[in-house]
Amino acid sequence: MQPDHVTLTTCPYCGVGCNLELHVRNNFIYRVTSPFDSVVNHGNLCVKGRFGYDFIYSPKRVTTPLIRKDQQKPGRRHQAFGLDQWREVSWEEALEFTANRLTEIYQRHGSHAMSVYCCAKATNEDNYLLQKMFRTLFRTNNIDHCTRLCHAGSVVALQMAIGSSAMSNTAAEVIHNDVFILTGSNVTENHPIIALQMKAAIEKYGAKLIVVDPRRIEMVNYATLWLAQKPGTDVAVFSAMAHVILKEGLHNRKFIEERTENFEEFVASMEKFTPEYAEHISGVDRQLIIQAARMYAQAKNGAIYWALGIPEHSHGTDNALSLINLALLTGHIGRLGTGLNPLRGQNNVQGASDSGAMPWHYPGYQPVDDEQIAQKFEKAWNIEPGGLNRKRGLTTTEIIGSIGPNGVRALYIMGENPMMSEPNLNHTRHQMEQLEFLVAQDLFINESGAFADVFLPATSWAEKDGTFTNTDRRVQRVRQTIPPIGQSRPDWEIICDLAKRIEKRLNRPYTAYWDYTHPSEVMEEMGRLVPDYAGIRYERIEKVGLQTPVWDVNHPGTTYLFSEDFPRGRGKFHPLEYKPSAEMPDEVYPFILTTGRVLEHWHGGTLTRNSWLDDLYPEALIEINFLDAQKLGIENGNAVRVSSRRGTIVLRCKVTEKTTPGVVFIPFHFAEAAANILTNDVIDPQAKIPEYKVSAVQISPAQEGEIYKPVLSQKRGRY
Amino acid sequence: MTNQITLTIDEKEILVPPGTTILKAAQSVGINIPTICYHDYCTANALCRICVVEVEGARTLVPACVAQVSNNMRVRTNSERVIRARRTILEMLASSVDLSDAPDILAMLQEYQVDTNRFPEAEERKPSVIDDNPMYIRDYAKCILCWRCVQVCATDAQYTFAINFSGRGYETQIGTFYDKPIPETTCVFCGQCVGVCPTGALKPKKQWLLEQGLPPAEIVQLTRFNRSANSRCR
Repeated sequence: MQPDHVTLTTCPYCGVGCNLELHVRNNFIYRVTSPFDSVVNHGNLCVKGRFGYDFIYSPKRVTTPLIRKDQQKPGRRHQAFGLDQWREVSWEEALEFTANRLTEIYQRHGSHAMSVYCCAKATNEDNYLLQKMFRTLFRTNNIDHCTRLCHAGSVVALQMAIGSSAMSNTAAEVIHNDVFILTGSNVTENHPIIALQMKAAIEKYGAKLIVVDPRRIEMVNYATLWLAQKPGTDVAVFSAMAHVILKEGLHNRKFIEERTENFEEFVASMEKFTPEYAEHISGVDRQLIIQAARMYAQAKNGAIYWALGIPEHSHGTDNALSLINLALLTGHIGRLGTGLNPLRGQNNVQGASDSGAMPWHYPGYQPVDDEQIAQKFEKAWNIEPGGLNRKRGLTTTEIIGSIGPNGVRALYIMGENPMMSEPNLNHTRHQMEQLEFLVAQDLFINESGAFADVFLPATSWAEKDGTFTNTDRRVQRVRQTIPPIGQSRPDWEIICDLAKRIEKRLNRPYTAYWDYTHPSEVMEEMGRLVPDYAGIRYERIEKVGLQTPVWDVNHPGTTYLFSEDFPRGRGKFHPLEYKPSAEMPDEVYPFILTTGRVLEHWHGGTLTRNSWLDDLYPEALIEINFLDAQKLGIENGNAVRVSSRRGTIVLRCKVTEKTTPGVVFIPFHFAEAAANILTNDVIDPQAKIPEYKVSAVQISPAQEGEIYKPVLSQKRGRY
Repeated sequence: MTNQITLTIDEKEILVPPGTTILKAAQSVGINIPTICYHDYCTANALCRICVVEVEGARTLVPACVAQVSNNMRVRTNSERVIRARRTILEMLASSVDLSDAPDILAMLQEYQVDTNRFPEAEERKPSVIDDNPMYIRDYAKCILCWRCVQVCATDAQYTFAINFSGRGYETQIGTFYDKPIPETTCVFCGQCVGVCPTGALKPKKQWLLEQGLPPAEIVQLTRFNRSANSRCR
């Protein structure tokens, strides 16, 4: 079959940012390949990238603007999944309605009543414009996105210790590691292409792997050491490694002297972290901790890779600091094949953060409470002096928590799904019901959009132009492949159209400017305000993306960071204390629940549950160890009831060695048995990230009939 | 450069680094040697033998995709013997495999003036299409056993080891262990195999349905059970 055309673009799923070629015939994408000379993924893809694009054509996709038939009132707001509860309207009517309601609430209640969830799936340009709209028009910093729910702890820790928060290496550099630590990252399922590079590094280039993870993830098969810690004990394990390195004199004195500070206080705080103490807390054999410390410290090139198992704790910032301390202690940072690498989850979570979809920062991590910075943005956006809000805004979880008569009244959600992704969903549901006005801009009416007053149908990534910034800071092109389906419009266009209508209602003397003809103009505006993006131009990234920082139009981009110094000058050691998780198992709730993703699905499921991907993994499953299953008297495939202090779900179980005794795992993609009904909404005090990785639960056998919307199970052979 | 290798290919004298294959050495001076099983990003195995060339002094024809250059080697890529060998290989392929989805090989049949009926007694391989999962189909009537899919599933890319050769001789076919349906193997549906298949034996399910004449509007309406007709649901 010959395609009408083949379009080169970037995958919309994870942070790896694979290059895709979409083969199109009659506007139908029937095949996806990848160029073998791609610097990112060398022609390899995962199931989502190669086959998971079909949500674009799902019969359930909404492609007409909608307004709710029944007017929703705070306190009595309810979900409407069926189209019969919505009225199809013109774009004109939908946008006028939205502009009227948002303006009215802003004028009645002020800035603090307005809030927006930007989107780590949308482009840099979409996110830049949406934060610009809320900052310039509603003078609010209540702007956040799901980065708060994923790497906030890592970002805050990295900012504190070195002053930058991205991966310091290029993903492909893993072949230059002698020893690397992988922790809190099920990389074969969540960053599959980085996993391939890791496997090759081990099998073909002789690298040694240390896995520190409570789950027996697939990468354990490739590991030299597996430290099977109890969830939430990271500070103890990694500080004990630091203890051993210090006691045995394996630390890098030259690096510590030349490039770091606060070493003495740090050393003092590590004194108590003996391997015995860490074994007592984490359950990891002290000998393994000692071996891991020696292996990492004595490596020529050591690197650390982590994902959400580190930050998603009530002490997530401390967890990440314990890793950074190790890198500073050994000098394993700032050279090819050495570094600190938080693997970013979403295709554009790096970019959405860079673009200012953040409550405390303008684009480029420039603080909102810095007077000079605020003035710079006022000038750029034609705002009167002192017009922009200097107060730090609310984070995602805080926005939900603040909904109420004197708090947040209006919420604008672009592409996110807090009704699946927030912790303690019963509480989230109650809060969503209290909203005065909710806008959903998406492809589908998901669990959050079902609460909305107005639904603005956006195009998918295949129907618009823009850029994504991947986990190793590479800004890559997203290209329109097919025309928008139905009446859907690109996010950036919707935002500009709406912003103009609101600006008019507010009688602003000068416009912040919304008359863009193409996203490339948005990127150029962002580049003038964000030094890291100053040199990004669409014509420079037609074939290969550029890695930020790109200081000017001639700068070639930056493959690895911190070769000379750290953005904050010296790297700062942080003394640490071990703090237990907020909710520890007890007699009533004896199991630790940890949540995460599976290969075939994406986050809240808005896309993948509307794709054929769902066939491969069609239902929620709780993973439970053989020993625990035996004690509970349950067998593989049985229905079980899982309860925490916050709620109960019923789902089938998968009895597996993949999880360790006392620990169970539930993926959070399934509304029918939403894991986040169980999770704890306690947050890290510094990063405001919720504790998704540790909640105490009880498990008991249930009847098959208690499963909500049961489906036939799919037999699976893979681990 | 002292450690360069000097050789001649089709009377052209060339200099290349040691370790270069004859195929790459020829490409460096614009001489195109045909390949089928060879792929730039897979390990070369010299299975199909279409890339054979004549090396002066060598008893047999030499597969250019794996044979490395040596000093003063004299290579002929288009001798009568080479062409006869290639033609025979193509005639054997054409007699047993459905090449209709392999445009590169079809072009070679023309170029080498292949008699597709040279082996009239040959039995065509006609296993039926395996449609056991929602992502891709396996139509082994079109498989030329190039091994690329097995290699990318193994150490060339994925380290998944879901497929391998089964059977011997004429019965050889790519398959799963115990012939299990793909969802019950270690397969992670990365589709690396589909990406390197040169003959359309492995194909995305949606492309296959489109080729079966199903319009896109109907394809997207299929339910879980009819889009994976033969898959086993428990």
